[in-house]
Amino acid sequence: MSEPLPLSIQNNRRLEKWLRFDADRTLRLAVGKVEIGQGVLIALTQIAAEELDIDVACVNILSGDTADAPDEGSTSSSQSIEVSGRSVRLVSAELRQRVLGRLAQRLNCSPADLSVEDGSFLLDAQPTGHDYWSFVSDADFAADIEGSAMPKPASAYKVVGQPVPRKDLIAKVSGAAFIHDIVRPDMLHARALRQPSRNAELVSFDEAAVRRAAKGDFKVIRLANFVAFVGTDETVVQRAAVAAPAHAKWEGARVLTQAQQEAEWFVTQPSDDRHVGDPIPASVSGTVVEAFYSRPYVAHAAMAPSCGLAEFRDGHLSVWSHTQGVYPLRNSVADILGLKRENVTIRHAHGAGCYGHNGADDAALDAAIIAQQMPGHCIRVQWRREEEFGFEPVSTAHKTRIAVELDAAGKPVDWTTEVWAGPHVQRPIFGGVMLAHEALPNQPPPARAGDPPEANGGGGTRNGTPFYDVAQKRIIHHLGLTTPVRTSSLRGLGALPNVFAMECFVDELAERAGMDPVAYRLSILTDPRARHLIENVAARCDWANRGPVGTGKGLGLAWSRYKNKAAYACVAVELEVDQDIRLRRVWCAADAGLVINPDGAMNQLEGGIIHAASMTLKEQVMFDDQGIASVDWASYPIMTFSEVPEIATEIVHAPDLPTLGMGECTFGPTAAAIGNAVAHALGVRVRDMPLTRERIAAVLARG
Amino acid sequence: MTIALSVNGRAVSTTADAATPLLDVLRNHLDLRGTRYGCGLEQCGSCMVLIDGKPDYACSREIGSVAGRAVTTVEGLAAGDKPHPLQIAFLEEQAGQCGYCLSGILISAKALLDRNPTPSRAEIAAALDGNLCRCGAHPRIIRAVEKAAAMILQGAAS
Repeated sequence: MSEPLPLSIQNNRRLEKWLRFDADRTLRLAVGKVEIGQGVLIALTQIAAEELDIDVACVNILSGDTADAPDEGSTSSSQSIEVSGRSVRLVSAELRQRVLGRLAQRLNCSPADLSVEDGSFLLDAQPTGHDYWSFVSDADFAADIEGSAMPKPASAYKVVGQPVPRKDLIAKVSGAAFIHDIVRPDMLHARALRQPSRNAELVSFDEAAVRRAAKGDFKVIRLANFVAFVGTDETVVQRAAVAAPAHAKWEGARVLTQAQQEAEWFVTQPSDDRHVGDPIPASVSGTVVEAFYSRPYVAHAAMAPSCGLAEFRDGHLSVWSHTQGVYPLRNSVADILGLKRENVTIRHAHGAGCYGHNGADDAALDAAIIAQQMPGHCIRVQWRREEEFGFEPVSTAHKTRIAVELDAAGKPVDWTTEVWAGPHVQRPIFGGVMLAHEALPNQPPPARAGDPPEANGGGGTRNGTPFYDVAQKRIIHHLGLTTPVRTSSLRGLGALPNVFAMECFVDELAERAGMDPVAYRLSILTDPRARHLIENVAARCDWANRGPVGTGKGLGLAWSRYKNKAAYACVAVELEVDQDIRLRRVWCAADAGLVINPDGAMNQLEGGIIHAASMTLKEQVMFDDQGIASVDWASYPIMTFSEVPEIATEIVHAPDLPTLGMGECTFGPTAAAIGNAVAHALGVRVRDMPLTRERIAAVLARG
Repeated sequence: MTIALSVNGRAVSTTADAATPLLDVLRNHLDLRGTRYGCGLEQCGSCMVLIDGKPDYACSREIGSVAGRAVTTVEGLAAGDKPHPLQIAFLEEQAGQCGYCLSGILISAKALLDRNPTPSRAEIAAALDGNLCRCGAHPRIIRAVEKAAAMILQGAAS
């Protein structure tokens, strides 16, 4: 039986939704996946250009548009090339087959005698005088996509596999390029006064004081507990928004405690408990060892505070957003505002890298709410820095326990990973709520705790099952039913805290067995692709001469296969611990099957390393009684240029194997490699992230 | 009250009140949207511009304090149709992911190369420490600045 069609095609069977030849000798490729800095658009462009044999320069891509592009859900979970890429390949191959089939009939030849060069058709390598633009007709688009056309073999690729430069970066080094830079007719600037929490009631608001502080004219829009300032002068509405919280009195806001800031808090909370995998054995014969690891709440901390534009004209709402999913956002906005879904259009515009579900969708809803109140204008909402840090959904704190039964040789025979965390995904389609909706008269019910199913890689359970040769393994997942602050998806979901725990614990098991950590890993791992990467990195980082424990210099290594089914990555980190941890060098090897654009892939692998290193060493969302207190870059520091180590990355090419999503694959291994290197440098293990000076000192003090 | 200054070599004036941030004047009054809002707190560098050749934060500089000064934004890096070597090098190295930080980084890098044409890797990193990049494009960005430095030196020698 053949593989089922990718979901993107199942949901979008019309060819014209994907491909269109335009009169200026270009191809318009429309896709549902969007650019979030990961370089997906050039990769999808290369795939279409390859299958159709047209120049990459002739492809114009439209991405994320509920009026004109296919519905491909969200751009998340490293699925874009696996799902959208496969779809674009099949769709392009099918159009090519249809067109050449018709041309073969016309020329009374076999389709096998035809070829395509730069969009022109050749018969036995001689020009036919036809090309896509002269010959393609409605007939080629008449039937639904079958997905049965055979794409090119990898051996014939000319464009796929090449480091083709991105087209969008040109604007981004020259001037206006982002949603923040869009100017529309009748545009007004807007800012919101944020409800401190669900159920907080605005009991008094000193508008006169805010007007004095703003030093200019603006309009106040108020709907229940949603308040916005709207005007022609952005400076004035910004001043109003900055001044407003001090002149607003709320009642019924939730009060947070310091204890809620740590992952440990979830252990004491009601949870939805699940058991995935083998049953717990009735009796234990070997030694059982266990350890607890944790990661606190962390922020997406996008460089750009979120932005949304919306205009309501003649009963139709048009919204511009840097959302990860235009269709899900359209449905949410329409439902919240009481509009028919066909009367709402969402168009994607580029924002800063988001790394998951940040404030993007919420800013779009803010703009839409205001636009509905002020028809005929384009409303541009620009979140403030403290608003992005304070009100975006953050990634849940996450505690992992690993308990392993060892045989006489110190090898694991039974493995339990136990996780306590809040929801890792709370997009509205997974039971989450949009921020401003909670302030509106039609306030939704509270968010429902949920997590992606195991088939999609899980959330809190992601990468919780070891890829090692262990006879029996299971995950026990305690999904916290409520969280003190809104949580949702951030790069890799539970993979980073779970791989941190697991790969640090494997080093601990190796030490207990009296074995070298790399040799120990290889002794319990048969997967050849994983073994190859570990051997590759160990050789490059001179693992054999790693040196003794406790010198202040550390070398650590870790690996994982993302979601246990996507790309493989192995990372080694060399560092020094004085008072702080200084990363010196990083080596990485990754295997993602067929790589569409190796330069883009390298960029993603290295970006993941730096992002994960920043999180592991520095990042924690802090609470005070009113909410999130780390609302600027001083209280939420991230890695700086001087702190970034030298990184040497290698892609192990496997062009005949299917593409594996790789945007998140270096994330967990980097965190664990740092954990292992710190343990090597100090001779003690720090199991709670971030590995700050204070946490290291506390562990050293305990001995 | 009109405030006059030079932006990218062009004399401009604005009627914005003197306390308006330079960033808002550039973006909303002068239609130069390459200078970006990131934090408004002088912490991230997204809004970096050159004022009389020195890098500064446009988010917190009041326009009144820039009267009569020369401001350079990312739009002013190219010489006519000819991109600045930094822009060429950043594209050649594909030195960015989302790109939101890049205009500020290009400005900081230009200020560095103007005063130190042959910076070491550590000097480049130190010069960019006022600019945050969240995507982790740092190694490429440093490589691109090194490349641009070499291009500028080569151009000066030829």
